[in-house]
Amino acid sequence: MSFYIERKNYEKFDFYNFFERVDDADIERVIAKDRLSELDYLTLLSPRAEGYLEAMAQKSLLLTIRHFGRVILLYTPLYLANYCVNHCVYCGFQVRNRLSRKKLSVDEVEAEAKIIAATGLKHILILTGESRKKSPVSYIKECIEVLKRYFTSISIEIYPLEEYEYAALISAGVDGLTIYQEVYNEEVYADLHPAGPKRNYRFRLEAPERACRAGIRTVNVGALLGLHDWRSEAFFTGLHANYLQNLFPEVDVSVSPPRIRPQLGGYRPDIEVSDKNLVQYMLAFRLFMPRGGITVSTRERAELRDHLVKLGATKMSAGSSTAVGGRSNGGATGQFEISDGRSVAEMAAMLYSMGYQPVYKDWQ
Amino acid sequence: MEDKLIIGGQEITSRLFLGTGKFSPNRLIKEAVRSSGVQVVTVALRRVDLEYEEENIASFVPKDCILMPNTSGARNAGEAVRIARLARAAGLGHWVKIEVVTDNRYLLPDNFETIKATEILSAEGFVVLPYMSPDLIVAKKLLEAGAAAVMPLGAPIGSNRGFKTRELVRILIDEIPLPIIVDAGIGRPSEAAEAMEAGAAAVLVNTAIATAGDPVAMARAFGLAVEAGRAAYISGFGATQVYASASSPLTGFLSD
Repeated sequence: MSFYIERKNYEKFDFYNFFERVDDADIERVIAKDRLSELDYLTLLSPRAEGYLEAMAQKSLLLTIRHFGRVILLYTPLYLANYCVNHCVYCGFQVRNRLSRKKLSVDEVEAEAKIIAATGLKHILILTGESRKKSPVSYIKECIEVLKRYFTSISIEIYPLEEYEYAALISAGVDGLTIYQEVYNEEVYADLHPAGPKRNYRFRLEAPERACRAGIRTVNVGALLGLHDWRSEAFFTGLHANYLQNLFPEVDVSVSPPRIRPQLGGYRPDIEVSDKNLVQYMLAFRLFMPRGGITVSTRERAELRDHLVKLGATKMSAGSSTAVGGRSNGGATGQFEISDGRSVAEMAAMLYSMGYQPVYKDWQ
Repeated sequence: MEDKLIIGGQEITSRLFLGTGKFSPNRLIKEAVRSSGVQVVTVALRRVDLEYEEENIASFVPKDCILMPNTSGARNAGEAVRIARLARAAGLGHWVKIEVVTDNRYLLPDNFETIKATEILSAEGFVVLPYMSPDLIVAKKLLEAGAAAVMPLGAPIGSNRGFKTRELVRILIDEIPLPIIVDAGIGRPSEAAEAMEAGAAAVLVNTAIATAGDPVAMARAFGLAVEAGRAAYISGFGATQVYASASSPLTGFLSD
C-alpha cells in the first residue's frame, strides 16, 4: 500500500463537475456530521461552501478547543544549509539562483541553538536544501547531536530519505518530519521540477510513510499553495494526512497550508490563493480531521495569523529566519521573505491577549 | 461510617481529580484547584519545562497538591516507563498516571501496553494509576500488576459525551478491589455525579473544566457534584420498584 496508489482513485475525478453539483443542502448536511467522508471534505472545499465559512468557523473553533484546548504550540525553523541540486522553479534556493551558499559548522549550529533556546522554545525544525554531498545524513546527525542539548523536540524538513536513514535520525533524536509534496498533481509537479532528484514524485510522496514505518512521532504534510488549483491540492493534502493517520494511528499527523511567497528568482504564481481561500481550507480540514494539527508559518502576515489562531491553527512558528545562520550573523539571503517578523515573546503576548496559552514544550 | 479514599497509602481529601492540559492561561489551574478543593492534579510530563519556570505547567499546581505526572504521548510501554522515570528524576514525585495511546483519532488507550508498563513501574515503587478502556479482565491484570487504582474512561478523551461506559465500569466497581476512577469523557457536573452515584471512587476531569466559559466556577461545580454523588452512593438508594403492587396477588393464596 502507498498513498501513491491510493491517490489514483481520483485520477479521473472531475472536480469541476463535482463542485457544480454541490448545493446548499449538501453543505449543511456535511457541517452537521461528526465523521466526514473524503467527498464530504471536498464538499466543504467547494466554491459554494464559501457562503458557509462562518458556520464552519464556529464548528471548527469548538472542535479545536475540545481536542487541543486554547493553546498554540510555538516552534522556530533553523536553516542548516542552503546548498541545493534541485531546479524547483518557485524556490529561492534552487541550484540556478546565484546566492552565497552556506552550511553551518557544528559550532555555528550551537551558536544559533543558544540564541533560540534563550527565547524559551523547546521545539525546533531544522532545514537544508537537497544536497547529499554538501549536507549528507551524517552531517544532519551531527547537528542533531548538538541540538538535542537545547531542545526536547527536533523535526526535520530536508530532502526525502530512505527508511533506514529516517531510523538513524530518529535514534539520533529526531521526532518529527515535515515534508511538502509541493504539488500533488503529478503533471504540474513534473513541470515545476524540471531536473534534480526531486523530479521523483513518488519517492517524495511516500517519504512520510517511510518515516512512519521508521517510528517517527509526528508528520506534517502540505502543498505549496499557488502552484496549482488550490481546492484539489487542499483535497489531496487532506487525503494524504487521513491516509497516514489511518495507516499509522499512533502518529500525530498535521498539515501546513503554506502560500507561496516572493523569493529570489522572482517566480510568480499564476494562481492567487486569497485569505478567504486559505481560511476555507483550514476550516474544511478541521471538520474533516478534528484531531489533525494545522501549522501556520510566518509566510502569513501578523494580522492574518492573529485571526487564524481561532480558525483551527494548532502550531505556529515564531522568531523565524529563513536564512542560513540568520540569527547569529544576519544579512544572508533567505529561502523566501517572511511576513510576520514577531519574536517569540511578541507571539506569546499576542496569544495571551486572545486568551490563549503559548506552549513551548510538548514532548520530551 | 468513615468514608476515606486511600491511594498509595495516602488519604485523598477530594474525589475530584484535575487534568491540566487545556487551561488558558495556565494560572487558571491554581484558581480551579482552589475553587474546587481538588488535591490530585495530573500534568503531562511532555509539557513540564523545568528550565523555564514562567511557562512551566507544573509550577501552576499549588504545592499542597499531589502531583500526578502522566505519560501522555507514550505509544508503548517502553515510552511510558521512560517518561515516568524522567518525571521522578525531575522531582515530580512517585505517582504516575499511565497513558499509552496508539490511536490518535479517538485517543483510546492501549490496554495491553498499559498492563506491561504498570507491572514495570509498580515494581519500581511508583504509585501507578493506569488509564484504560473498561474491561474486566484487563482490570484484573492491572490489579495483579500492582496498580494503585484503575482509571476507566467514561467516553473518549475530550469528547464531553458523559458517562457512556457505565455498564462496563459498574462491573469493575463490583469486581475489582481497587479504587475505580472514571477518567475522560465527563462533560458536565451531573455526569460526574452520575459516576459517583454508581460507586466510582473518584472522577478525573480536564476538558470540561479547562474549556468552560468560566473554568474556575466550573471546577467548583464539579467539586460539588462529585461530593453530592458520593454522598448519595454512601447513603444507599431506596429500592426502585420494578413491579407494581398487584391488586390480585399471585401468591395471596399461600397461608403462613
